[in-house]
Amino acid sequence: MAVESLGSAPRVKVAPWNDPVIRGWVFQIVVVGLVGFLAWYLVSNTIDNLQRQKIASGFHYLEREAGFEIGDTMIEYSPASTYARAIWVGILNTLRVAVLGIILSTLLGTIIGVGRLSPNWLLSRICSWYVEAFRNVPLLLWLFLFYKLISEAFPGPRQAISLMWNSVFLSNRGVYFPVPMADPIHKWMGLAFLVGIAGAWLVARWARKRQEATGQPFPVISASLGIMVGLPALVWLAGGAPHHMSWPELKGFNFAGGTVIQPEFTALLVGLVLYTSAFVAEIVRSGILALHKGQSEAAAALGLSRGQAMRLVLLPQALRVIVPPMTSQYLNITKNSSLAIAIGYPDLVASINVTINQTGQAIENILIIMAAYLSVSLSISAFMNWYNKRIALTER
Amino acid sequence: MRNRFVAAAAGLAAAFFGVAGTAHAGKDLDAVRSRGTLNCGVGIGTAGFMLADSQGKWKGLSVDVCRAVAAAIFGDSEKVRYVPLTSQQRFTAVQSSEVDIVMGNATYTLTRDTALGLDFTGVYYYDGQGFLVPKKLGVKSAKELNGATVCVAPGTTTELNLADYFRANKMTFKPVVIEKVDEIRSAFFSGRCDVYTTDASSLAATRAANVPPPQTFDDYVILPEIISKEPLGPVVRHGDNQFADIVRWSLYAMLEAEEYGITSKNVDEMLKSDNPAIKRILGVTPGMGKALGVDEKWVYNIVKQVGNYGESFDRNVGMGSPLKIPRGQNALWTQGGLQYAPPIR
Repeated sequence: MAVESLGSAPRVKVAPWNDPVIRGWVFQIVVVGLVGFLAWYLVSNTIDNLQRQKIASGFHYLEREAGFEIGDTMIEYSPASTYARAIWVGILNTLRVAVLGIILSTLLGTIIGVGRLSPNWLLSRICSWYVEAFRNVPLLLWLFLFYKLISEAFPGPRQAISLMWNSVFLSNRGVYFPVPMADPIHKWMGLAFLVGIAGAWLVARWARKRQEATGQPFPVISASLGIMVGLPALVWLAGGAPHHMSWPELKGFNFAGGTVIQPEFTALLVGLVLYTSAFVAEIVRSGILALHKGQSEAAAALGLSRGQAMRLVLLPQALRVIVPPMTSQYLNITKNSSLAIAIGYPDLVASINVTINQTGQAIENILIIMAAYLSVSLSISAFMNWYNKRIALTER
Repeated sequence: MRNRFVAAAAGLAAAFFGVAGTAHAGKDLDAVRSRGTLNCGVGIGTAGFMLADSQGKWKGLSVDVCRAVAAAIFGDSEKVRYVPLTSQQRFTAVQSSEVDIVMGNATYTLTRDTALGLDFTGVYYYDGQGFLVPKKLGVKSAKELNGATVCVAPGTTTELNLADYFRANKMTFKPVVIEKVDEIRSAFFSGRCDVYTTDASSLAATRAANVPPPQTFDDYVILPEIISKEPLGPVVRHGDNQFADIVRWSLYAMLEAEEYGITSKNVDEMLKSDNPAIKRILGVTPGMGKALGVDEKWVYNIVKQVGNYGESFDRNVGMGSPLKIPRGQNALWTQGGLQYAPPIR
């Protein structure tokens, strides 16, 4: 219908090469054709050259035995595992440091950013020194510093510092602490925790509705925490409260048993968090300062304390300014985590680099690493865009 | 109008496809000759093998092989541009023609010689992987290393041998893998690891040159086990056999010179020698240079400017150096070692 009504509109007769519609189409086809040709040319030329130089290609190597050991793994891995598994170990290690880094730097950055606006002179000075110190020195140097501090300042495993009645040990091999022995109940406790999160969300929703209807506030935070911790604890008790622990003890060169947070991971996480939270602090501060002064004055006039005003009035509005630049910082954390290679944390880049060197298949591996970072970054962006839309000012 | 467009399109296509034709025989040698310098990839720094001195001049046994190749091609051992490469960059660098030859103490293996599109042209040092430990640890054998934390460089056969050795002996270990050699050494010397493993030659170099004070040379020991064969060889690309031949025979020339007692000091007198083999080697009887496609005085230039293999060994890693590595397997075959050059004839 619509097409017909358009077509029935009076049209000036022009030559086809002067018709903007036809011209537009021609240009677009030419551009797409050129890009396609260039891509085809590069790919076929590369394949051609690889074959001519007899360099192996294809992804078959992923199934072969990797043969190298990785020092810090979240999943079962041994030199007998495949290259695919080694790369997966690297991806998980990257995700671990990125996720923890994002959470911790958001918390620390918000505290510092709010602290810089504090009327307390000393506190606001300290916070601004912090920001200037961390923002103005390259991250790599911070990583080296923290890594050197840990490996030089702590004693060897045989002279480890023991804490908490010989259950936690600090040494240059990391922090060793006891963990519960593996037990089937842990799976159910994890499930209970997920149920707890859902419950907390429901409680928060109910509390908001009630407050909107009656004006009565509800202690949402403590109630949610109670549900999230209480449910798994109940499951644990119901399962007979298994309490066998694996204790770290010195055996030969090093501690055995328990679990360990390794110095490389610690140095990388601390470096990333301290560095990024300086940027986050500035974003939070600018978000709060972007609000009209009337907002805090109105909150004060309503009788809200400074803390309440910050939490209930200022921060929710500031979030609209804060979220978009924060997305970039989250992406930066993820990408900066690849500096791990300098201090020996086995992240994705490390796994891929070793794989490249053992198999000689640089192109395939670089495609994998790019795909991995791209999908992590795009997921973060997608989530943050969704969140941004959710908190955006709804205009009526 | 149309004709001009067609011509332009054809020209564009020709430009694209012209680039596609690479790796003809002889191309690498031509590129080196027309550039006037040899691009030599070296490791980041191993005392005795490749290390820039305080004037920024690269020195070492591996560096000497590059100088010998330059002496054979240009008659001047200084016409080399050194490109420091990490162990992970080196093969890609030579595959992509960024360097002509890699002297990065790379181990000669089947996979590298075939699937990577590379050629090893010989063995300039017979090495093997060993373990360096602090003396105070009280370890006498690598078999006692169960549960140890091991510092190791990534992307090397070292990393694979290490895993194989521990698997074969039913032991476990925790690797600490850092890309830069300096950082690995510093992690090892600060006690982050119990053991540092790499080729025994590098361990000797590390022990001689990198122990931070107040610790000394004597606080560290190299364990007796050598867990692998690590023949270190020069690496070139597949495709230019003539260039590969020149690299191969430059090293053989250094060995032949030692075998016939030709040194940088007596090479001028040796020109007057009556021994037919020496006359052939030094180009007094012409033919060898022509066959290889270089100047007839190629061996003379190598020996005069770089020295024979034995001289280079003593000066850089042997008894005349801080490393004090015995000749061992790297002695000539005539003295019970493995170094053996095919005859230059």
